[in-house]
Amino acid sequence: MTLHAITVLGHDRPGIIAETTGKLAGLGLNLEDSTMTLLRGHFAMMLICAGEAPGADIEAALAPLSEDGRLTVSVREVPAGTAAAGISGTSWVLTVHGADRPGIVSRIVGELAAVGGNVTDLTTRLAGDLYLLVAEVDLPAGVDAAAVEAALAAAGTELGVGVTLRGAEADDL
Amino acid sequence: MSLHERLASWSEDELGVTGRVLDVVRAPAPVLSTVGADVDPTAQDVVQLAADLVATMRVSPGCVGLAAPQVGVSARVFCVDVSAHPKTQRHHGTFVLCNATVVEASRNEKSREGCMSVPDFTGDVKRATRLVVHGALPGTGESVTVEANAFEARALQHEIDHCAGLLFLDRAAGAHAIYARKTYL
Repeated sequence: MTLHAITVLGHDRPGIIAETTGKLAGLGLNLEDSTMTLLRGHFAMMLICAGEAPGADIEAALAPLSEDGRLTVSVREVPAGTAAAGISGTSWVLTVHGADRPGIVSRIVGELAAVGGNVTDLTTRLAGDLYLLVAEVDLPAGVDAAAVEAALAAAGTELGVGVTLRGAEADDL
Repeated sequence: MSLHERLASWSEDELGVTGRVLDVVRAPAPVLSTVGADVDPTAQDVVQLAADLVATMRVSPGCVGLAAPQVGVSARVFCVDVSAHPKTQRHHGTFVLCNATVVEASRNEKSREGCMSVPDFTGDVKRATRLVVHGALPGTGESVTVEANAFEARALQHEIDHCAGLLFLDRAAGAHAIYARKTYL
């Protein structure tokens, strides 16, 4: 059993997911994790699938998708079991919003990287002049979250954006 | 939950001034991320602001609340009126509170919110559905402690957040909890 990472990027139209997953199902591949969104109107899908089909067969099966030159498909084998190096710590939701300018993401997430924080999910959006980042972050055990918050707030002030770090709540039912 | 009779019977007519319709500012206006100043609820400019907030809310389709920072004034004043909203249970109609604080909050529920100052996004936000808020009425300065539930509780928390320089974006439930708005009110 091997894992393949597949990306499909490009011009959006109805039916891309149906065609892609239909080809994969035809090769007996199982979708393990997938995400799809529109980025500035462009279709963007990433998925990990498991199965016995070799990469060349997957590429051949998906080739019709990119025939008209409007979609780009990539297929790459990836090693199994690479879940993030098991950070045992605390989970947070980070929100950043403010006037758009270059360097907001790098400056803010740099503060997290400096303490070994791991971004596990991140989306950014731009609407008019409003730039918005929302990320889910794991901080390693022992990290002083208040100090991280202060560092993020200082970076936010420098950039002229608002930064909020809140504990990610999970209600077990 | 008991209805606060004084608040329920309040109307902007008590203010004795005519409200003006003001422009609503949009993020990333810095005033929306600034902690609002405490106000003297009996001051004439606060009474006028209260009337202006209600007048602006009234002419804005679907608007159930408006806080001073949304009209460019960094002050702890807001109005709400959730009476026409389908998610409303009990409500106090139209009212304005100054210097409001949350006294008690319980029974969190997640729901999708929008905001006139963030017209391009909506977001999932967890808020208390049982709430006790303390504040002062504009004009008389009477101190009130009000119990609210369901959608009125959500609206109050949203407006109190505005007065503290927070948007619903700051309370997004996760990285995929913010959505591009497809229909505009």
